[in-house]
Amino acid sequence: MIATAPKNRLSGTEIALHMRKISKRFGPVQALSEVSITIRRGTVHALVGENGAGKSTLMKILAGVYQPDSGSIEINGKPQILSKPGEAIAAGISMIYQELDLAERLTVAENVLLGMEPSGRLPFAISHKKMIAQTTKLAQRFNFKIDPTAVVEELPMGACQIVEILKALMRNASIIVMDEPTSSLSESEAAMLFEAVRALREQGLSIIYISHRLEEIVGLADETSVLRDGRMVHSGPMAELDIPKIVHYMVGRELKDFFPTGVPQASCPAIRVRVRNLSSANGIEDISFDIRAGEIVGMAGLIGAGRTQVARALFGIDRKTSGTIELDGRKLQINSPTDAIANDIAFLTEDRKRTGLCLELPCSWNITLPNLVAIGMKNIIKPGRENKIVTNIARRLSIKWSGPQAPVDSLSGGNQQKILIARWLLAQSKFMIFDEPTRGIDVGAKKEIYGLLRELAAEGKAILFISSELPELFAISDRIAVMRRGRLVADVNPKKTTAEQVMHLAALVSAKAEAVAGVEAAQ
Amino acid sequence: MSQTREIKFKDLFMSLERVISRGKLVRQLLPFGSLILIISILSALKPDTFLTTDNFLNVLRRSSVNGIIAVGMTAIIISGGIDLSVGSMMALAGMVGAWVMIVSPDWIGGGANPQGAALVFGTFVGIFTGLACGTLNGVFITKLALPPFIVTLGTMSTFRGISYVMNAGKPYNVPHYKYLNEAVVLGLPISVLIFAIIITLAGLLLRYSRLGRYTYAIGSNRVAAFHAGVNVDAYLIRIYALTGLVVGIAAMIATSRAVSAQPTAGITLELDIIAAVVIGGASLSGGRGTIIGTLIGTLLISFLRNGCTLLGISTNVQLIVIGAIIIVAVAVDQLARSKAAVGQTE
Repeated sequence: MIATAPKNRLSGTEIALHMRKISKRFGPVQALSEVSITIRRGTVHALVGENGAGKSTLMKILAGVYQPDSGSIEINGKPQILSKPGEAIAAGISMIYQELDLAERLTVAENVLLGMEPSGRLPFAISHKKMIAQTTKLAQRFNFKIDPTAVVEELPMGACQIVEILKALMRNASIIVMDEPTSSLSESEAAMLFEAVRALREQGLSIIYISHRLEEIVGLADETSVLRDGRMVHSGPMAELDIPKIVHYMVGRELKDFFPTGVPQASCPAIRVRVRNLSSANGIEDISFDIRAGEIVGMAGLIGAGRTQVARALFGIDRKTSGTIELDGRKLQINSPTDAIANDIAFLTEDRKRTGLCLELPCSWNITLPNLVAIGMKNIIKPGRENKIVTNIARRLSIKWSGPQAPVDSLSGGNQQKILIARWLLAQSKFMIFDEPTRGIDVGAKKEIYGLLRELAAEGKAILFISSELPELFAISDRIAVMRRGRLVADVNPKKTTAEQVMHLAALVSAKAEAVAGVEAAQ
Repeated sequence: MSQTREIKFKDLFMSLERVISRGKLVRQLLPFGSLILIISILSALKPDTFLTTDNFLNVLRRSSVNGIIAVGMTAIIISGGIDLSVGSMMALAGMVGAWVMIVSPDWIGGGANPQGAALVFGTFVGIFTGLACGTLNGVFITKLALPPFIVTLGTMSTFRGISYVMNAGKPYNVPHYKYLNEAVVLGLPISVLIFAIIITLAGLLLRYSRLGRYTYAIGSNRVAAFHAGVNVDAYLIRIYALTGLVVGIAAMIATSRAVSAQPTAGITLELDIIAAVVIGGASLSGGRGTIIGTLIGTLLISFLRNGCTLLGISTNVQLIVIGAIIIVAVAVDQLARSKAAVGQTE
């Protein structure tokens, strides 16, 4: 995925940041114990670990959000106490969080200079000309291509990351922390971001790069530190590491069988789901496909190709303009999610915070939300029985919580995802749509979800598995449907196709590429 | 042996520490604690006039109208909405009810001084008027996809206008309509009894019914609730309609208390009601709130008013005190919540 290998030219022998023996406790939880980390100038330092390993806590301490219980921080050789975020920024530390922190209605230049606008000729006026000039100058220095007058909400996600970086640079950041920067970027946008990160490194900045995507780190990082259960288990140059080794440090065990080996069955059971000529008001056209009982159909495509829109149309969220959906030979009338659920369809959303979970409500409520009628609580809710049902299903998914009444937002990302999965397991749907089920969750939880998908298929469910990560698509799917610009352009066998061919199909292309891939175009 | 005890003690201490650090305890006990505090202070200051059964029943009777409406408002606020029209709705329901009593045919007791069955009939029509008004709010909010604030701001004005127009700004007098104010059932004034029944039913409904569960889900994340198959529109209409229903009941109690329906009844009442619900710990952003909290919030304001009156503090000064309490209550709640948030991270 990442083109160039890291140049092993650690310009940084000079130490930019030294965090020494940092410990932090939240109530009974020891989030960090004596963690030390050294960041050199002009390097990209990857920080990895499973969810809950302590990455965020460590970075929030660096950002001045939390105070460590013990330990010290040195920036450029000087001991620093960072008791609030302002002090961290003054010390040259900038955080770029997963959820970007931009004023969407303002322009790029206005965002970059927010709170430090150059003054104009009149008192209290600000000079837009100077703002644009300063932003352009800074962008040119790092060779970023961005229009300072563009309004942020109209920019693609990748460009927003660049704006965040410019904002940090304008505040004289010398250390930039990036938390999962590529989680919502397309491949090409990610490539652009990696270029930007390298440009920052060239100019002597240090980047702390947090990511679950280990392939990225291999191409990008000079050094890597691995946290596990609040301890630093490894820290060293990337040259000595590879993905299996990193995974080994992260989980403390080998993940030999990362993907389940359960071979998809050869027999041809009945067609369970039959979709014909599906079009929706939300930009998908003429989608047709079948899924057999026990089959996992992967769905590949670039961001914006319309994969989620297919799911939304099937589930009754978007209005259909044409098309039919049949389940077990029965034609379904689906005009709302209520209809879809009543007809045994489940849809695991890709955006669990916005469209999936009621974050401040208890886990049990979230799990039973669409299932109250199905578990016999049409009129009266019986909390005792509800807790029992929910606890059972949580055990099956090994959800880590303090109890079924814990609010969902007290759980880690992976466990929140499992709450949503538990919801749809409880629904016992026949047709399950999983949209990016492994996004933003750690390696261990990913593996569990892969296993679960195969398990559900073995139970005879029809599964539509949407993913942007080709390795998992190839490993899990029986067939892969490829979407491009709102259309289903190919339906391929993962055993006879390469990831490259699928990328070609998704990204472009000519009839030649389709011929090369040896695919029968979908109906 | 001693070691196990030590460990147990440590566990206990840790869980206690967690409860406090999460701020939950503080949040739950704060309104109740303040209520007790106010009652204690007033009891100490005015033992002979405040601390009497008569005065307590009086306060409860006065709370019943506000309290009944606050129950509906609690559900609406939990669902992430607001209803500014409750005061006007109360006036309109009372006016319609009293008008029906007067225009009822003679043989059921209608007339200028209505009595008998006409009073019962009018009561039900008044309550039904509330239900209809609430349904209307719900339908506008969902079918026109307008914010509840805007819709109920509009109906607040419209309902009030109709109340004025009905009898050219004059009240309808119903001198024999005393039952809902004066009757005593099971040793309690009937309005207090109705209040108690509504509180209990609403509490159970919110906690143990699908409607209640969906109310929290819609308020917490409306899109997610929709995606989970909740028929959001239908449930929102039900919530606003039920609120209309309880407003109708409150309107008839208020009419009975004044033995007349006033077109000016309940002006700025919505603000008192929202204050009570918010003091009781509900969040205006939805997903959070309890009936018991609202009960405490309502009583807190009532006792405060009562106490101020007994102490000879003018109603104008009472406004200042109540305003300050709203801000302090919500500020402390926020503080406890942010502590809780820090405690929960990771």
